[in-house]
Order: sequence, then structure tokens, then C-alpha cells
Amino acid sequence: MSTLTAPTAADLPELDRERRFYWAVADCWTIVRRDLTHLIRQPSNIAWQLGFPIVSVLLFGYVFGSAMTVPGGGDYREFLMPGLFGMTMAFGFMNTAYAVVLDTSKGVTDRFRSMPMASSAVVTGRGVGDLVAATLDLVVLVGTALVVGWRSDGGMLATAAAFGLLLLLRFALIWIGVLLGLMVPNEEAAGNLFALAFPFAIISSAFVAPSLMPGWLGTIAVWNPVSSTVTATRELFGNPVSSGGTWIEQNAMLMAVVWPLVITAIFLPLAVRRYQRLNR
Amino acid sequence: MTAARPAVLAKGLQKRYGDVRALDGFDLAVPHSMVYGLLGPNGAGKTTAVRILTTLLRPDGGRAEVAGYDVARWPRMVRRRIGLAGQFAAVDEILTGRQNLKMFGRLFHLGPGRAGRRADELLEQFDLTEAADKGVKEYSGGMRRRLDLAASMLLAPQVLFMDEPTTGLDPRGRNEVWVAIRSLVAGGTTVMLTTQYMDEADQLAGRIAIMDAGRVIADDTPAALKSTIGGDQIEVIVRKATDIPAAMKAVVRLSAAEPTSDDANRRVHAPVTDRVAALTEVARTLQDDGVAVEDIGLRRPTLDEVFLRLTGHRADEQPDAPAQEEVATA
Repeated sequence: MSTLTAPTAADLPELDRERRFYWAVADCWTIVRRDLTHLIRQPSNIAWQLGFPIVSVLLFGYVFGSAMTVPGGGDYREFLMPGLFGMTMAFGFMNTAYAVVLDTSKGVTDRFRSMPMASSAVVTGRGVGDLVAATLDLVVLVGTALVVGWRSDGGMLATAAAFGLLLLLRFALIWIGVLLGLMVPNEEAAGNLFALAFPFAIISSAFVAPSLMPGWLGTIAVWNPVSSTVTATRELFGNPVSSGGTWIEQNAMLMAVVWPLVITAIFLPLAVRRYQRLNR
Repeated sequence: MTAARPAVLAKGLQKRYGDVRALDGFDLAVPHSMVYGLLGPNGAGKTTAVRILTTLLRPDGGRAEVAGYDVARWPRMVRRRIGLAGQFAAVDEILTGRQNLKMFGRLFHLGPGRAGRRADELLEQFDLTEAADKGVKEYSGGMRRRLDLAASMLLAPQVLFMDEPTTGLDPRGRNEVWVAIRSLVAGGTTVMLTTQYMDEADQLAGRIAIMDAGRVIADDTPAALKSTIGGDQIEVIVRKATDIPAAMKAVVRLSAAEPTSDDANRRVHAPVTDRVAALTEVARTLQDDGVAVEDIGLRRPTLDEVFLRLTGHRADEQPDAPAQEEVATA
């Protein structure tokens, strides 16, 4: 019983070329709004996601903190905070993967694909939505950091640039998250991604200066993209940096831009291709 | 322009996954404004067919038209004219029912005001107004399916595809979905539904296609299909296997078709037309002949029997069920 007001295909705006871009943006915004509504309807999710970084503040800042040293001097808690910001960004790809696999396994992705919406919006909406969520994560985390006495000694511009670099890392990891989300079969498997995320975030300069690690591990740590972002933000915040002498550490600022671009250049096409191949 | 063409047309569709031919020359023509049932066991290729017709999958060969548009060449045109209710209730669990419909409405490119009004309308139509502002997580299985159905008809689709819409629902939820489908068709929508249940197709469909191993093996009205397998069945289970021939003899007099015996279960069954006469007659004959009967009864033909008759093998002996059929996400 379709009622008189039920719209049909004939009532829809034309899909001419100029309007394509309009709908790509409009549909993206609809998907972003959906993500934001998720945040509003489940604020506990943010708390849950931030639980680990906040517990880490206490654990590393206060429990282990006194045993931690920053080579070259400096307060460990000052050193730690940018590391936790970086870790939270690094863990973010799991949120992306989880959201993607949830939609795919529940058939929501198929519903989107069977609709006349801009197909790019599923991916772009996910990206923008995740960046908004990551910004909220950072806001809460910075609040916590301020409470335990962390300060940015850089200027406004440097501080803003530091947060920009953090979000750039998060942006790059969205594509790894989308790709993994399309590859894993279900939510449980997505949970196992933590086994990947944990070493990725920890074997870096986030908690401990790589110069204090065994040689081979230190090398892995300094070449970890998370390290470049964390080291660059430490420099921008004016926090203790403790850079070793290697080229990659000397050029952290450059690499904090290059790494995310490289990751995006590799994984964005892979993620899009994987999405397009859902029709095989 | 589309009126002269069938609502759904498939010609020689092919789809394979590795060595498994999910579709192997799938042909179909679905007339407008009716429920068309696509019936078959797991792995017959029903879901693959629906996924190709709804533009989710690309066929390896053959072609298909939905609402007059080729699905491979004009996917967007097709998408504006179809609704899809899959095996899962494909709705956002965190959002409320109303938020879901509004979101999907926006993605169908209804303006904000129109999406809202249409959402309210559908909530009312599917009896979800009371639960409209509750999170879908709190919905029952039947309510989720109804919301899913509502989402699939935001645009009053010309063709609505429903892939096993009642699988996993309790009888009440099932009935709710059936009512919704009937009212849709009354409004002029063509519904193509897949099911494993003969009685569901029987209840709803004006025409049924039966699938096996990736192709349509029979295509007719439910009444005609049933008459090919003889309608109701009389079934006798004897106490001793040695009485099977006697039971066969008692049954054969009443049946137009040859009775079938199943020695392992000491069971004899045959199609009958006049139910009550057959039951009394067979019972009397068996008693007169002194055959010890464990059970005797009438029952509706099952999908298995349709299969056995049409293909010579049972539905559950279907050898190669592609994984895609079960998971539905390729």
C-alpha cells in the first residue's frame, strides 16, 4: 500500500554531471551525520576508546614514570603526552576497521550499494566521520593531559601544527582501516586487530626513547611512522624530544608529513579497489 | 516505456566462484505487479541471482534488466527503481528507527523535509510509530525486518527484492512480514522474493520459479506446480517392513501417481486429490488386510518432494553449495 505521497524515481532530481559533485558531497555529509549521531547516542564509546590512553597516562606517568628516563633530560610526563596522542591516533585504524566490518556484516554496506547514492560517499563519509571522532578523542585526551600538568610550550601556530600532524596520521590510517575492515570476515576478527595495533603503537618513540631499546628494535621503532609523528609533535609542543642521531629522527618533521602521504598513496587506492570489487 | 517489458528479465546469467557455478544459465521473466517466488534449497543460487539483479554483483555472462534498464549498463537507473530487503535486517542498530529511515531517505536524495515525512509515513504503515525513537538494538526480530522493509520502500520501488525475508523469524514476525508484502503488491509494486519454504511461496506468490544448481528448472503458478507433484500426500508408516507391498497396494488405488516407498523408515507415500476420501479409504483397506500401521496421515507436499520430482535428487543432496550463498557478502 504505497500512499499518495510516496515518492517514486520520477520525482527525483536529475543525475546530470554537475549535480554529481553536489550529491557526492551531500551524501558524504549524510554519512558523517550518521557517525556523529552514533557518538551522541553512545557517548560511552568515546570513554571506552579513551580508556586505554587515560589508563596509560596513570600507568606510565605515575606507576612506571619514576623509573622512566628521558635520554638527554626532561620531564617524563612531558615526554609521554605526545606519545599518548600518537598512540591514540595509531589505534584509530581499529575503529575504522570495526565500523566498516560492522556495516558489511550487517548488510548495511549492501543496502548503500543498492541505492542511487554517490558510491564514493560510503568511503569519504567514513573518512570525514573518523576524523571528527579523532578530533573529539584528542580534545578529551588533551584535557586529561592538562590536568596532569602537561603544557605546550610552542606557540599557537606550532601547537596547531602538531595537532594537524596527529590528524594527518589518523587520516592516513583510515585507508588501512577501511582495507582491513573489508578483508576481515566479522566483528570478532576485527577485535583481533588489536594484536596488530598494539606493537604498531608501542614499538615506537611513544613511550620510550628508541635509543634505550636493543639496537634492532630501536631501528624498527625509529622507522615506525608513529615515531616520526610523535617526535615532530614533541618538537612543536616544545616537549622533551630525546632524538637519537639517525637521519630519520633528525628529519621527523619532514617524515611526519611524508609517512602519512606515502601510506595514503598506497592504501587509499587499495581500499577503493577492494570496495569496488565487492561486486565480484 | 517500461510497461511493455517484464519487471525483471534475466537471460542466461552466469556466475562462478572458483569451481562452483553459482548461476549457470539463469533465465527469468517476472511480470509486473505480482509476487514472484524464487524457490530453492541453500546453494541453488537464489541469493546470487538477487545480488546480480540488484546491481551488487557483476555477472560473468548473460544479461539482466530490471524495470526496463540493463543492470550492468545502467546500475544507477536500476537502483532508483528497486528496493532490497536482504537476508539480514540491513539497518543501523545504533540509530533509532526514525533516524534510520531519515538517513536512508536522504541517501535516496529526498530533501530533508520529505525524508522526514516519508519516514513518519512508513513508520505508521509498518506499525513502528511507537518504537520510532527507540534504538534499533531494542527491536525484536520482526520489528527489525519491518524497519528493513520500510527502508527498502522509501522510494515506492517498482520492483522490491526480498531475499529470504522471513528466515529466522518466529511465526508472528513471519506473519507481520507477509502482511506487509501483500499490501505492497496491492499498491502496484512487483515483489520478487526468495525463500526455502514452499508454504511461504504458496501463501504469497502468484508465480513460482524453482531453482536448482544455478538455473530455473520450473516456472509456473503454485497451483500448477503442485498439481505436477500431485498436491497433498498420503503417508503410511507400517510396523513391519514386510508390509510395505501391502501398503503400496492400498495406496495405489487412491492415487493418480505411482506411490513412493522408503524402506528404511517403513514409509509409503503418494499424492492424492480427495484428502478425506483417501484417508478413510486407505485406513479401511489397511485394516481389512490386517496390516499393522504405526502412523497414517495427510500432509502438504514439501519442497523436498517438488525437488525429488523435478530433479530426481533431494534438496539437501545438493552437492556444491557456494559459500556466498550462506554468507551473502561476497
